[in-house]
Order: sequence, then structure tokens, then C-alpha cells
Amino acid sequence: MQDKTQDRAEESKDKIAAFGPDIDISKFQNPEERESIKSLLDLPEELMRAAEGVGVELKEEARAGTFFQLDHSVIYQKIRDSYQGQVEIMSITEALEKYPEIRKKYYWKAVSVDKDKYTAYAELHPMHGYFIRVLKGNKVGHPIQSCLLLQENATLQNVHNIIIVEEGAEAQIITGCSIAPKVKAGLHIGISEFYLEKNSNLTFTMIHNWAEEFHVRPRSAAILEDGAVFTSNYILPKAARSIQMFPSALLKGRDSVANFNSLLWGLGDSYIDVGSNIILEGDGSRGQARMRSICYDRAQIYARGILEARHNNTRAHLDCRGILFSEQGRSLAIPELIANKAPGSTLSHEAAIGPINEEEIHYLMSRGLSREAAIAMIVKGFEDVSILGLPAELESYISHIMEMTQKEAL
Amino acid sequence: MLKIKDLFVEIAGKQIIKGVNLNIEKGSTCVLMGPNASGKTSLLMTIIGMPQYKITRGKIIFQGKDITQLPLNERAKMGIGIMFQKPPQVRGVKLRKICDALLSSRQTKKSEEFARDLDLTEHLERDLNYGFSGGELKRSELFQLLCQNPNLLLLDEPESGVDLDNIALVGRTINELLHPDKNNSPSGIIVTHTGYILQYVEADIGYVLLNGKIICEGNPLDLFKGIKKHGYERCGECKIKHKIGQKRAKTK
Repeated sequence: MQDKTQDRAEESKDKIAAFGPDIDISKFQNPEERESIKSLLDLPEELMRAAEGVGVELKEEARAGTFFQLDHSVIYQKIRDSYQGQVEIMSITEALEKYPEIRKKYYWKAVSVDKDKYTAYAELHPMHGYFIRVLKGNKVGHPIQSCLLLQENATLQNVHNIIIVEEGAEAQIITGCSIAPKVKAGLHIGISEFYLEKNSNLTFTMIHNWAEEFHVRPRSAAILEDGAVFTSNYILPKAARSIQMFPSALLKGRDSVANFNSLLWGLGDSYIDVGSNIILEGDGSRGQARMRSICYDRAQIYARGILEARHNNTRAHLDCRGILFSEQGRSLAIPELIANKAPGSTLSHEAAIGPINEEEIHYLMSRGLSREAAIAMIVKGFEDVSILGLPAELESYISHIMEMTQKEAL
Repeated sequence: MLKIKDLFVEIAGKQIIKGVNLNIEKGSTCVLMGPNASGKTSLLMTIIGMPQYKITRGKIIFQGKDITQLPLNERAKMGIGIMFQKPPQVRGVKLRKICDALLSSRQTKKSEEFARDLDLTEHLERDLNYGFSGGELKRSELFQLLCQNPNLLLLDEPESGVDLDNIALVGRTINELLHPDKNNSPSGIIVTHTGYILQYVEADIGYVLLNGKIICEGNPLDLFKGIKKHGYERCGECKIKHKIGQKRAKTK
């Protein structure tokens, strides 16, 4: 089985991705191995700040557990005592050794190994990633956090993550991907496969923080069983050379629900191509994809969405809105609705790109806000963190991070 | 409080205010009447300083300071507050956010009280004016004014689109805004088309605006009686015509 997978990867190692600029992977070096740490507070100061900037709580007081990978090395993993026996967090390498059946049951079962050269590379040059499993019936009260960080310039990080939420279990995962301040260029390949069993609930929030010459190619897919609810949030508050991702959710189960929310800031020369793909197969399954993008400078933003109904009595909506702030920027909304042999399905979309309405700015100014404050308030409201569906504490935490990051970026 | 001297205003090259003189004393409330497109809303928009209203001649003096060239947010900060007739929807900005911004230097607890009084507690977490009914829009505007606590209130057709249930609450709130206490009341200019609001709000003087000019002043209720009887066409020649500057008639 493994050989076959490897064969498929080998055959696809030069396969250009359907979207986004092609990257020459060989240009990027493999980083050195790193030593483990005993606490996140043992990280060098600059890495602590980088981790905090993508939602990592260093003291772990409000977290159920932590996974931390620096370059190619898993340097820290921990489960809070009160959650022992409820959740498993380990490197995927360790998990594949400990539970060999994972390879057969989950590895490359949601994402195709031969999707493109990036999936192929991840298979042919595996470099860890995390395995998180929330065990049956457990409702994990605190978020689980993971951090994937790159320390060296012009290096490559590729990870393969498997997330399993067993029957009736519930969890929040916040994952931050970031870099040390000296990193200007690099490549991050991240494979993430989500398996949501019957009546499980997972909110997965990913925050990215890259540099202006950095390339990012996540490849994610989720499979949902009956009654499962999957919310996938993506926040990109900083510039990157190119990001291309098109995560999908296959709603196999009856009454399963998928929500994709993206808050994107296109800064500098960023090329951002982000989509969400919801495939409705289960009776009563439904989905929603919401994207908010703001395009500054010379950035290009492609906001894609595909809603595909393969069964009657299914419903999904795509809501894609963008603000173009710059004369040199490009903002594209590309919604696709596919009713595939399912005449009883209802698919809809609203897409809009436009400037901030002057009338709204003047309205807020008439209450005494400066023009800058009025625009900032509208922009902040537009990139509305409350659409992510997070618990209040996590929402205000993310809001705060966004504010800090945005101040720095703008 | 407010002095308008020989004001001429145009919008998109078209002259809409053609030589208005107006003097609003501290603590007094005036009513501005007139047919559609006579310039009532334009006058309020010019006073608050909406950028599309270009002053081509004349001056606006507020609290002794020439504000003719002052940006609208500076005018708001000086104490001019406006209730829009048709406020825009601002998606993503919660009603609470704007109030928090207005009350930042005062007690934020106040906003909860104001919201409760105006039956807007649940609206605090809703997008500003988004999907609000006619009555809710007016209450939202008044709520923001309560948070802003201005010295001069510009109220643009506060009764329009409001049902009977809401009009009493709107009228009562305007009265509270205009007359918080006997010694320190703000001034107000109320634009009204129908005059219904005068059943709830005590006003000192009325002006009739026609074709960008004030053509008449007097007791607001008397003026309305005359207008109801004869229409606006005869305002310039009606019996209750007064010369500008004549001693005000007080309504009781």
C-alpha cells in the first residue's frame, strides 16, 4: 500500500498545481534539526513573539494541549493533565509507529497524494506534522494549539497532519504557522486531513504569518460522517509572496455541516489564491463559505468557492466580499455552484467587490470619528472575527492578535 | 449658539441654499418647514459639514467659532449632533462599537441604560442600521445622539417612517435630549414635513424654507396651521409672515 502511494507520489512529483504560481521546490534548503524544549517559555524571545502572533498561548493556561514544530523538528508536545485520556497529541511520525492502522485508514485518504507536486513532495520527503485525536464522546473545553514555525531563511517546511474527532467528541484547534523575523523567503507545504466521526464537532482556526518572499501551499480536506459539524477558519493578516489553497469538505454523512470562513488581507506583492470547496453528499447536509478580503498595494486576491450538491435535500451558500483599496491591486471572486444530479438541492452565492462606501465613512465621521478611525472601524467590521463562530474568549483573543498584527503590517 | 450668515450652498454644481440667515440661541429649538426639495435637509447637511455640500458664500458660526471650513468630524466633536432621516447601513460595525467610541471618555455603562430606554438592547450586537425597521432606525439615531451628548441637535424628519407605537417614544426621547434640565439645555433644529413631531416636542420658533431661502418665521404651530390651510405657495404672503429678527413667539 505504502509503495503504491509512493509510486503515485513519484509520478506526480513534477505535476504543476491547478492554481497559483509554480514553485521550484529544489530552491529551498532543508533546515537543521532542532533540540526539544521543556516549556514554550524556553523558546528564544523572537520565536515566542512569532508564536504569540499566530495565536499560541505560551503559558498554556487556557489550552488543552500543545504541539510545536520548529523547522523539521517536533520540539514540544503536551497534553494538560485534566485532558489526559480524552485527547491524543503527538507527531504524525510517532503516531504512525504507535498506531500502524492510521496509514491504511487515514493517511492520504482525504487528500490525494497525486494531487500535485506539493502533495507528492510531502509523501516523498515526510517531515513530521501533528496527529491529534479527540477520543469518543469527549468535549474538550479548552482549545488545543499547534504551531508550525520556520527559523531559517530560504528553507522548506513540509508537514502532514491528521486530525480525528471521534464519535460525539467536540474540540477547538487553533493552529498558527509563522516564521522568525530574519526569515524573508521560504516554502511551507502543509497537508491536513480531517476525519469527523458521527455527531462530532470541530472548529479549526488557522492563522498564517509569513514574509514577503514566502510561498505557502496547504492541501487540506475533511470527511464528515452523520451529524458532524466542521468549521474551518483561515486568517491571513500579513503579506506572503504566494499562497494557494483550496481546502475541501466532503459531507458524506446525513445532516452534516461544514462552514468555511476566511479573512484575508492582501498586502505588498502578495499573490493569494484561496478557496473553499463543499461537497454535499449526505441527506440534509449543508454548508456555508464566507470570505472577506481586503486588497492593498499590488496584491492579487483570488477568492474561489465551489459548492457541489450530489444529493437532493442539501443546501449551501457562498458569501464572498472584497474591498479593493489600491489602484495597483487585483481582486477576483470566482464562485461556482454545481448541482450534480441533485435537482432538489439549493445552492446560492453572493459575491461583491467594491470600495468602502463614502456615505458610511461620512456617517461615522458625523459622530466625531476621524476619517482614518471611521475607515479602520469599517475595515475591522468587514474583516469580522465574529463570523468565525469562536467561543467568546478565543474570539477576543484572536481579535486582539489581529489588531496587533495589523498595526504592524500596515 | 449657531449663527448662519448669508449662506449659499451648492451640490454637484447646483445651487440649493440661496442666502440663508439663521440665528439659534442657546437652549432654543427651531422647526424648519418647507416642501420637498426646498433645501431643509441640505441646510442640516451643510451645518454638520457633509463634504458634498459646497459653501460658495457665507459663514457658519458655532459657539463663537467660524466652522465654515471645519471638517464634519471636528464639528461633531465641538458638539453638533445629527439624526439622519435615512442613515446608511454599515455592515460589520456593531451598534455597540460606535457607542463605545462615543462614550470612551464617559461611562460606557450609560450606553446600556440608553439602549434599554430605547428598546435597543438586542440591537447593540447587530450591524449598524442593517435590517432595522423605520422605527428602529430612528431609535438607533437617537441612541447614538444620547451617547454623543451634543450641544446642538440637528433632527432631520424624526417622525418619517415611524409607526404610532414608536412616535411617542421618539418624541419623548427628543424632548429629553433637548431639555435634559432647565438650566443647561442644548439647542435644536428640527426639520419636519408633516409637523406631527410638534405634538411631542416643544419648539420656540418655526421657519419656512422655500427654494433655498427662508421666507417666513413665526410660532411653529401657527405656521403649520397656515400651511395646512393654504399650502406652502402662499407662505411668502400669508398673514403670519414676520420679518426675520422679530421677537420670537413662544409656544407653550
